[in-house]
Amino acid sequence: MASVLPYGRFTHAVVRGIPETFGKVEDEKNNRVENGETAMDLAKAQRQFGVLTGALRQKVGLQLIEIPADPELPESWRIEDVAVIQGDTALITRPFKQQRRSETEAVRRVMSELNLTVVEMGAEEGGSAGATLEGSDVLFTGREFFVGISSHTNYRGAEVLADTFRDFAVSTVPVCGGARLKNICSMGGPDTIIISNSDGAKKTLRMMEQLTDHHYEVLTVPEGAAANCVYVRGPSKVDYLLHPPTEECPESVPVSEQWSLGYFIKQYFLYPRYCAFGKYIAIRIYSYPLTYSTFCCYSLNLKWIKLLFFSPIYTH
Amino acid sequence: MTTEVGSETEVRKEPEKAEEQPAAPESEPAATNQTDEAKAAEQSANDHPAPATDSAEAPAEAKEKQEEAQPADNATPQEGEDTPASPPASEKKGISRFLPPWLKKQKSQSQVGPKESQAAAKEEAGVASVKEEDGEKGEQAEAEQTSSPTAAQPQVEEEKINGEPKPEQKEEVKLEEKEEENHSTGSADTQPAKEEKAAEESQEKSAAEEENKEAEEGGEEKKDEEESPKPEGGHSFIKSPLKLTKKVKMVMCHVTMLDGSQFPCEVEKRAKGQYLFFKVYEALNLLEKDYFGLSYKDNADQTCWLDPTKEIKRQIRNATWQFAFNVKFYPPDPSQLTEDITRYLLCLQLRQDIVSGRLPCSFVTHSLLGSYALQAELGDHDSGEHRLDYISDFQFAPSQTKEMEEKVVELHKTHRGMTPAQADAQFLENAKKLSMYGVDLHHAKDSEGVDIMLGVCANGLLIYKDRLRINRFAWPKILKISYKRSNFYIKIRPGETEQFESSVGFKLPNHRAAKRVWKVCVENHTFFRLMTPEAPIKAKFLTLGSKFRYSGRTQAQTRQASTLIDRPAPYFERTSSKRISRSLDGAPMINVTEAQESAPTSGENGREPGLELSSDSKSGRLRVQGENIYVRHSNLMLEDLDKTQEDVLKHQASISELKRSFMEATPEPRPSQWEKRLTASPATSLRLQAQGRCPPSRTQEPLPDLTVDTVAKSADDKQKSGEAAWQAAEVEIEETVVVEEIRVAPKGSVTITTPEVITHVAVESEVEKPKDKVMEEQKRPVSVSSDSEEEEEEEEAGEYHPQVTVSASVDQIKEEPEEEGEEEEEQQVNEEPVAEPLPEPVVEVKAQPVPAVVEENSATEPQLAPVAEESPEDILVTPDEAPNGHAESPEGHPGPVALEEEEEEEEEEPRVNGDASHSETERLPQVICCSEPPVVKTEMVTISDTFAAQKTEIATKEVPIVHTETKTITYEAAQLDGSGDGEPGVLMTAQTITSESLCTTTTTHITKTLKGGLSETRIEKRIVITGDSDIDHDQALAQAIKEAKEQHPDMSVTRVVVHKETELAEEGED
Repeated sequence: MASVLPYGRFTHAVVRGIPETFGKVEDEKNNRVENGETAMDLAKAQRQFGVLTGALRQKVGLQLIEIPADPELPESWRIEDVAVIQGDTALITRPFKQQRRSETEAVRRVMSELNLTVVEMGAEEGGSAGATLEGSDVLFTGREFFVGISSHTNYRGAEVLADTFRDFAVSTVPVCGGARLKNICSMGGPDTIIISNSDGAKKTLRMMEQLTDHHYEVLTVPEGAAANCVYVRGPSKVDYLLHPPTEECPESVPVSEQWSLGYFIKQYFLYPRYCAFGKYIAIRIYSYPLTYSTFCCYSLNLKWIKLLFFSPIYTH
Repeated sequence: MTTEVGSETEVRKEPEKAEEQPAAPESEPAATNQTDEAKAAEQSANDHPAPATDSAEAPAEAKEKQEEAQPADNATPQEGEDTPASPPASEKKGISRFLPPWLKKQKSQSQVGPKESQAAAKEEAGVASVKEEDGEKGEQAEAEQTSSPTAAQPQVEEEKINGEPKPEQKEEVKLEEKEEENHSTGSADTQPAKEEKAAEESQEKSAAEEENKEAEEGGEEKKDEEESPKPEGGHSFIKSPLKLTKKVKMVMCHVTMLDGSQFPCEVEKRAKGQYLFFKVYEALNLLEKDYFGLSYKDNADQTCWLDPTKEIKRQIRNATWQFAFNVKFYPPDPSQLTEDITRYLLCLQLRQDIVSGRLPCSFVTHSLLGSYALQAELGDHDSGEHRLDYISDFQFAPSQTKEMEEKVVELHKTHRGMTPAQADAQFLENAKKLSMYGVDLHHAKDSEGVDIMLGVCANGLLIYKDRLRINRFAWPKILKISYKRSNFYIKIRPGETEQFESSVGFKLPNHRAAKRVWKVCVENHTFFRLMTPEAPIKAKFLTLGSKFRYSGRTQAQTRQASTLIDRPAPYFERTSSKRISRSLDGAPMINVTEAQESAPTSGENGREPGLELSSDSKSGRLRVQGENIYVRHSNLMLEDLDKTQEDVLKHQASISELKRSFMEATPEPRPSQWEKRLTASPATSLRLQAQGRCPPSRTQEPLPDLTVDTVAKSADDKQKSGEAAWQAAEVEIEETVVVEEIRVAPKGSVTITTPEVITHVAVESEVEKPKDKVMEEQKRPVSVSSDSEEEEEEEEAGEYHPQVTVSASVDQIKEEPEEEGEEEEEQQVNEEPVAEPLPEPVVEVKAQPVPAVVEENSATEPQLAPVAEESPEDILVTPDEAPNGHAESPEGHPGPVALEEEEEEEEEEPRVNGDASHSETERLPQVICCSEPPVVKTEMVTISDTFAAQKTEIATKEVPIVHTETKTITYEAAQLDGSGDGEPGVLMTAQTITSESLCTTTTTHITKTLKGGLSETRIEKRIVITGDSDIDHDQALAQAIKEAKEQHPDMSVTRVVVHKETELAEEGED
């Protein structure tokens, strides 16, 4: 019934286009640290975005909702930061940067149209004053939330999240070895976490392992970018793993593919009706690592909707 | 003869009870049998249904049975009556102090007096009362008892009257008691009187007993009893001389059931918690009862769990007799519950939790769970019959909105065809996934003073800050749980990359809160993590700190027991709203009839019927006490309750152990576990004989005295304690539970225990205890003062070493005993003030020479025992422990020798010893905790001194006891064999080597544990070296360790506990 797998299956994906101002703001904002690499290739980003949307729509079979890009919001393509969705509830977050907070308006509209219960983080002043939260610091495993405490997300923000999604344990972990929690780890399958090989990431992983009541399989990849994957449980009962292309992280691919196969077999026994052998599809779409958010939505019409937020992120 | 026999039987019974709980897992079949019996009894239309349900909780049955059959196999029944006896124990304490003459006059009488004092001590009281009964009654009253309940009735009445004069009672009571003893038919009657003296509790118990008796005997007695309870206070003085026996006072308990109904239950004022448990379980027709508990609100409005092994009266103190039936342990997988009725009750609890906000969930979850609740209660949605407002009677969430109700109805429609049982199952399947399911939250501060919440659950300890989980300590990661004052500590197993253990400390609002958390942790760990509860130390280790251990069944045991449930699904009405669902699983009509037939009195099947019945029979009584309104506890409250109960249980366990030990020791006839164990050693027989001589008196007296003393003295002590700084230091008793999870089976730990001069040591320890008790009382008050209400609370500190191993390993057992010993000591000391402690210990010693020695050692070295535990298991622990405040180590001796010295010192200054022991343990992490040589003489002397100071009577009493002990010692010495291990395990070898001046007895227990595919073998060797003072103990120890290593090269010595007991030839009193 309503209590199926919390991770659920995805029915929708919400994306936002790459604005022409892509990369400019970050330079101004001294976000080089986060960006790492110097060149922000707008054309490449748009190309990847096209591949991504195509894959989501055609391969995975999701209903794609694309919010037009807004030149005024150079970082608006990182749509996952501004909303966290689980079940029928969408939490509109409060990004750390003041100028990004206007990005939420369009997303809030979409959430409402999808009949999701929209929860705001609250007024700037008051109970949740000072709370900041960005979706890229939130990892939902299907069983619980991990919130990375980073330069963009603080405890107050995590508390709001915990208060919003009361069914789940919400654990806070330090973000080490990356700017965002999802830059160093992501879900790679049911109860499987993909995590980069850096010492910081290992530290974060240890903390996660200590805090959880569950057991997760851990797939360690040598490159940080390779840890940024998207595990999609599509509507066609086929699971997909979206991961960076081989050329982006040559060291990781073999590991991933090998693992994918092994995992697939394992999954076959665990979820025979969901996994048709050989249908496990690894999609390589983007050369730039993508961050993503995955959510499932419980709509008022009693049907489960899965939302997949995809936003290409220019991390390195 | 008869009298003696009766006493023995009683004693035995008590031990059995105690044993039953620990042994419950093993004795599951027996339990089932009992349950069956109980059922049968109920069906037979017996007025007393309680006993049937739970074997372990036999007390109620015992009461009934007692009346019917004194010698009956069911010791438990008597225990129920014994419970009244327990109050006597408290009386004994008081009496002993105040009334030395009695003791002097007659041992038995004197014992009786102490017994009465003991009555105060709930736990002990039961035993003591039994003993008293044995001794006194055995002589006079027993005949009456045997004769019939009728005889008991008059006695009871007399007792009641006598009991009235509580304050002055002691002397009078003593006299009365003597008389009463004669009069009192059974243990119950006399005991009740004592109880009355000790406290109202006795009345309650007596009432319960009376009820039973009445049912059997007739209404007259009941009437008398009923009448008596109120007037008792006034009449006591006048009547007391005539009717020394306890009068059974009945008290009306009101239990708020999970469906919101009130279950009135009349119990004797001195009844133990178990009696009420039985009544409730019986009324519910619940077999899988181990997940549940009864809670009450203490004076501070904190929710506490009722300890089934303790007197109700002593637990609730001045609070109203208002209880709530609640889930204590939330099964992680409710689908594994055997019966639908259990799941139904769990559903009701969860619905309560949700509505109260204790179990937070989202809108959708609220709606979904609410829809299942509707389906279970109302059946399929009927659009015609069910209007939108049909759910307005239901509450699904703390704040319920129209939108939610609409959602619930919408979801309800989708559940069509689902049976109530299925709906409950679905409800639970969803509820169990909630992150806060089964989490018991407690407010605390971390080391930096930041407000956090401690969440205790099946998996471990969770740390929350606001709603965020910021840390988690799974049970396997926790090596030790302890509390000291208002601080709560956990010692964490080092990670793969870490070399040293780390301790995490939390600050609780007060000492009681710290203890509550500690108890909850101990109980949850034991219930969910262990295969069997840690056996309370059978050997009587007297130690400082809480003896509390969870004494009920573990989840594994209850699951196993559930598999044996073979009965048609009981009919029950699923109506919190009293509506009858259309689609009930079975044939309701038939079921109902059956239920009525089966348990007319108790109302097994239908709660309501049960309630009605109970109310009818007990209405008058109920009125007396007055009705209390049960207040639902907040989440926090519940949590607290859970903890407390756990603690209580643990305490009970420890107490039960003590009782057992006492019982075993005192009654010659009974072949207790000890005896069985001892059989190998010649000493046992001797001991038994010795015990037999003065056993009854001892057992009875010591307990009561202790209780009384504690109660009465506590206040004084507190004041005193406040005055003396050192006392405060002493007050710092830590209760530490070391959880040892046996990692890999391959390695076994060899524990070498070398107690010397067994008996003597014991005596010393006892002596010390009395002193300690006095001191402790003072101390306790200081630390406890805030927490004075509960005995447990009084315990300043406690340690618990969680033993991960699913199966109880030898180590665990060892640890437990030691720990328990510590706890027991604390309890005795704290809970049971000066006078009692001495007598009890003595008794124990006497009864069980070898074991007694061990216990005594522990007692003398309460600290030591803990240390030993810590050290063996957690060698590294010592550093950690230091933080706890054991630092008092100035006395701490690196070596055993030093410990011995400390012990000696301890004898004089119990607290010091305890502290020292802690320090020692800390200091000597790995190796050796030595409890040293207590001088046998000292015990007597010390006691006498202490008592003398307070009350000469005690001294006299003690003297007789001492004699016994002395005898015992002698025998033991002669035999030279005394390795008493109360620990479960396989006795592999027992050999005695006797040389000119040295006697060595080695007892080896090998326990093999299978955990997760790994087998762990733990070998515990208990080496008792008895010899002249010339013996070089250090050398002997070294030799013993060496031999152990040689014998088991493939194993590692994880723990060495040394108990040195030196007899002091100077027992002037003796």
